[in-house]
Amino acid sequence: MNYVALKMLFGDRAKYLMLLAGLTFSTMLIVQQGSIFWGLMTWSQSGITNVNAPVWVADSNINQVEEIKPLADTAVTVVRSVPGVEWALPLYKGVQRARLPNGNYEQIALVGIDSSTLIGRPYTVLEGKIEDLRSPEAVAIDQLGVERLGGPKNIHLGTTFEINDHRVRVVALIKTQKSFQNFPFVYTTYERALSVTPEERRKLSYVLASPVSGVSPEELARRIHEQTGMGAFTEEQFGWKTVRWILKNTGIGVNFGTTVLLGFIVGMAIAGQTFYLFTVENLPQFGALKAIGASTGMLARMILLQSFTVGCIGYGVGVGLATLFGLTAGSGGRLPFKETWPLLVGVAVALLLICSVSSAISIRKLAKLEPAIVFRG
Amino acid sequence: MGDAVSQSPAMTFDNDSAHWLVQARGVTKSFGDGATRIPVLKGVDLEVARGEVLLLVGPSGSGKTTLLSVIAGILESDEGDVRILGASIPDLSSSEKTRFRRDHLGFIFQQYHLLPTLTAVENAAVPLLIRGVPKQDALSRAEAMLGSMGMGERLNALPTRLSGGEQQRVAIARALVGDPKLLLCDEPTANLDGETGHRIVQQLHDIGKQPDRGVIIVTHDTRIFEFGDRIVHMEDGRVDQIQHGHKELR
Repeated sequence: MNYVALKMLFGDRAKYLMLLAGLTFSTMLIVQQGSIFWGLMTWSQSGITNVNAPVWVADSNINQVEEIKPLADTAVTVVRSVPGVEWALPLYKGVQRARLPNGNYEQIALVGIDSSTLIGRPYTVLEGKIEDLRSPEAVAIDQLGVERLGGPKNIHLGTTFEINDHRVRVVALIKTQKSFQNFPFVYTTYERALSVTPEERRKLSYVLASPVSGVSPEELARRIHEQTGMGAFTEEQFGWKTVRWILKNTGIGVNFGTTVLLGFIVGMAIAGQTFYLFTVENLPQFGALKAIGASTGMLARMILLQSFTVGCIGYGVGVGLATLFGLTAGSGGRLPFKETWPLLVGVAVALLLICSVSSAISIRKLAKLEPAIVFRG
Repeated sequence: MGDAVSQSPAMTFDNDSAHWLVQARGVTKSFGDGATRIPVLKGVDLEVARGEVLLLVGPSGSGKTTLLSVIAGILESDEGDVRILGASIPDLSSSEKTRFRRDHLGFIFQQYHLLPTLTAVENAAVPLLIRGVPKQDALSRAEAMLGSMGMGERLNALPTRLSGGEQQRVAIARALVGDPKLLLCDEPTANLDGETGHRIVQQLHDIGKQPDRGVIIVTHDTRIFEFGDRIVHMEDGRVDQIQHGHKELR
């Protein structure tokens, strides 16, 4: 009877298209909003992922990566003394003011990395050489920085500008993951970062560390915390700590959650109502099938097949449209859009739930259907 | 001449199942509860022999359709027993009744109840598909059945593209494609013009006259009385008159 079920579904074009539209809209809305949400969360962790260090050591009360609580300079040595540390290096991170050649000011996220190893360097260098950071006044600037500080015509290799009245020179153009605050990333050496930033008693933002072979980052983070009292986290732990802080302290989670819930409810309402109407309008036909010898179980399977078929098609079209949106509106990193497989699995489960509930309402109606209605004129 | 009215309350069955296709004894059925309870069948006895075409006639509300539903096992009687091919229908479980209908009964409804999105041949194949017959086999058998009814040119037409007579023939093909022993027809000519109705009932009559088969037709249509071997006249939930052949009914 699968054949009959599918003919019933596709034959009633208007209802089929309405069902498909409802489920497609629902899927698209949830995937699109979920992807933008996760894109934002990815941006919020960019301060961590752009640096790429196994273990981050910070003040024990730190909440998230952008909340800098400087450490004493001795922290690097203290971390190096913990058994299981292969290396430990300083990192400077802070928002500074850049003065452009045209006299305008722009805020930048300055990152100072160890000059000898260049650990914490960006993954992708678009132009120039990152090793040139060791040369006097050298900085590397990311694609957003190029855009913000005057565009490719004004910012290129060799361009000079000022950070806190200190002249710097662009020696490399780099590609980074955008940050939540959307400040351009400017990389330089740790020593130069200290020299161009205002005087403070403590300037060491983080200590980056790596475990020796045979010790996991989790184990090393635990040891550092126990032996030094400082906060120590793996890259992943620090990322999630940052995400949790944002969800707790901003309205982002509630806003996106509400939209996703809305998509779910709208999908449920449209699919449920249309499916129910589809069943009610076909009650005499279902009654006839029951009279002829179709069991309630068989009719239930037909309804489920119809529901899951249109659900699968709606899922495919919805995900396709959301992906298209991400590829166009979010191209070049303009929009935080990250479509992940857990999100797609989650949406599939949500859609499965919508289809199951919609089917259950119709199946309940069919279970109660007296086939004797077919003999009533 | 008309037979004596059979209204015995005693449930005695003639165990000659080689002769009787259907035997109903003391069937009662009411709708509603308490003060609103309406008795529709008040102890009906009825038999249909193999190879017999039986017409159930009577005014609206006399209980014809309810009796048909009880015989088919799609409505539970309050009291009494119905045996078809020797099987006691009230004793069957719900799923057994469903299987019994699937395997032994054919239905023709007044409103046809064809699935609007299925073609004529697909509609006719539905009982076979319910039985789990492979699609191609079911469709070819349905095609042969429709062809034998002069519908060979209209196999792929949707019900909305068929005339009332054509729809009814599709409904008959659907009822017959599973080779049922008993055909239950509810007002099969109600929506048809005289000539088409006559042709349809002639087909039903021919089917009913085949050995081991039987047909029960509920009708108001006096034009088709000539096709009944017996005509059972119902009145107020009871069998009022049973007559052999149309000429004896006044």
